[in-house]
Amino acid sequence: MLDDIVSILPQMMEPLLVTVTLFAFTLLFSLPLGLLVAFGRMSRIRPIRWIMQVYLLVMRGTPLMLQLIFFWFGLGLGSNGFTRLQTAIIAFSLNYAAYFAEIYRGGIESIPIGQREAANVLGFSKSQTFFRIIMPQVVKKILPPMGNEFMTLVKDTSLAQVIAVVEITNMASKIQARMVSILPIVVAGIFYLLMNAIVSKGFSLAEKKLSYYR
Amino acid sequence: MNVLTAQNIQKSFGGSEVLKDISFAIGEGEVLSIIGPSGSGKSTLLRCVTLLERIDSGRIAYGDLLMADTPAGQAKAVYSEGAVLQQIRRRFGLVFQNFNLFPHFTVMRNLTEAPVRVGKKDRKAAEEQARELLTKVGLADRETAYPCELSGGQQQRVAIARALAMQPDILFFDEPTSALDPELTGDILKVIRGLAEERMTMVIVTHEMAFARDVSDRVLFMDGGVIVEQGDPAQVIEHPQSERTKAFLSRFHQNGSGREWSDPA
Repeated sequence: MLDDIVSILPQMMEPLLVTVTLFAFTLLFSLPLGLLVAFGRMSRIRPIRWIMQVYLLVMRGTPLMLQLIFFWFGLGLGSNGFTRLQTAIIAFSLNYAAYFAEIYRGGIESIPIGQREAANVLGFSKSQTFFRIIMPQVVKKILPPMGNEFMTLVKDTSLAQVIAVVEITNMASKIQARMVSILPIVVAGIFYLLMNAIVSKGFSLAEKKLSYYR
Repeated sequence: MNVLTAQNIQKSFGGSEVLKDISFAIGEGEVLSIIGPSGSGKSTLLRCVTLLERIDSGRIAYGDLLMADTPAGQAKAVYSEGAVLQQIRRRFGLVFQNFNLFPHFTVMRNLTEAPVRVGKKDRKAAEEQARELLTKVGLADRETAYPCELSGGQQQRVAIARALAMQPDILFFDEPTSALDPELTGDILKVIRGLAEERMTMVIVTHEMAFARDVSDRVLFMDGGVIVEQGDPAQVIEHPQSERTKAFLSRFHQNGSGREWSDPA
């Protein structure tokens, strides 16, 4: 069995890199995009609010797997020079931005109005108020739900196989078919587990770091 | 010139008129207390002159700076441009009922953030000034504490220092002791009394009748969105002229002291 594992592991390295790339780039794009969507969702301008609500409904109301297929075949990103992985990153980013937007919104709306008023009276500009007073407090409040989303994202990367991105799960099932063994699947599972252990640890460290105030 | 002049202020929320034709002015070094039952419009008035609410009509000016005016023949007030309003914000400070300190900043940072970011003050100078202010409010040893580590009374004193750090011409207090345990109100009142002795111009919305009587130069009684009575504190509080003021103050006089006074609401 050890021999089997030794033969599986090297084959899994490149897919692991693909999974991590998909995870990291999705966060890179969806975290700021989600903030913009949250602003749009809270906008005073009704059409913007309405458009964002439709966006949120579509992104959260349909399976990410369908969205991936739609982006690859429907929008034909494949025939427009995008790689499979790039297409997956785009679809994942747009999808996760919707979830992050609602988490941001919940966080922003939970900050007492008095914080804004105090900043306003002291003469802080709107952007100073948001980035120096509101957002630091929002970050602390949204860490637990963000941790959930990050961990879900680690596992959701496996969906990218529907457009033939060779990530961990895709490779594992290929090796499984070849070896006629469940072992590659177990190895893949351990990979996800390890990645999420790191994510989880990261979040508990962040929470600890921000526990200096209430 | 008056530090603040408000003329014919009107403000409605939905259909209900909260401020009906309010006019008052405050001279330099004057301490004005605004008293009145809950819902009388006194907090709304404070929020209007501090730009937290917009008036429907009337005129508000800080010295030579016009905040809003209602052109002759028009119904709605027109506000000055943003740069002027920002200049006006530098002239006043506001102390909230619920303190509203920034919880993620230390006491020191609460006092220096606005002078540094808004006032473009050198951080060193801002910290020096903050230490002086903390000494003044009796919290010199708490500069590294976070608001959550302080009692309510201490938090409110930090909030007063934070407002003073912007060196305002006039300081507003919105029921500064209402969120505090009765035994903690004394510290706050002492700080305000100290400021009054330094001739700080102040407007205090309060339920502390004895305090209003002792510290103010003038008392203004509001009810139902109008100023019912105003004048010398001893006169208004001890010998009110209008029936509404008499009815409002009867509880205070029954209890005999401001400390035991409680809002009828």
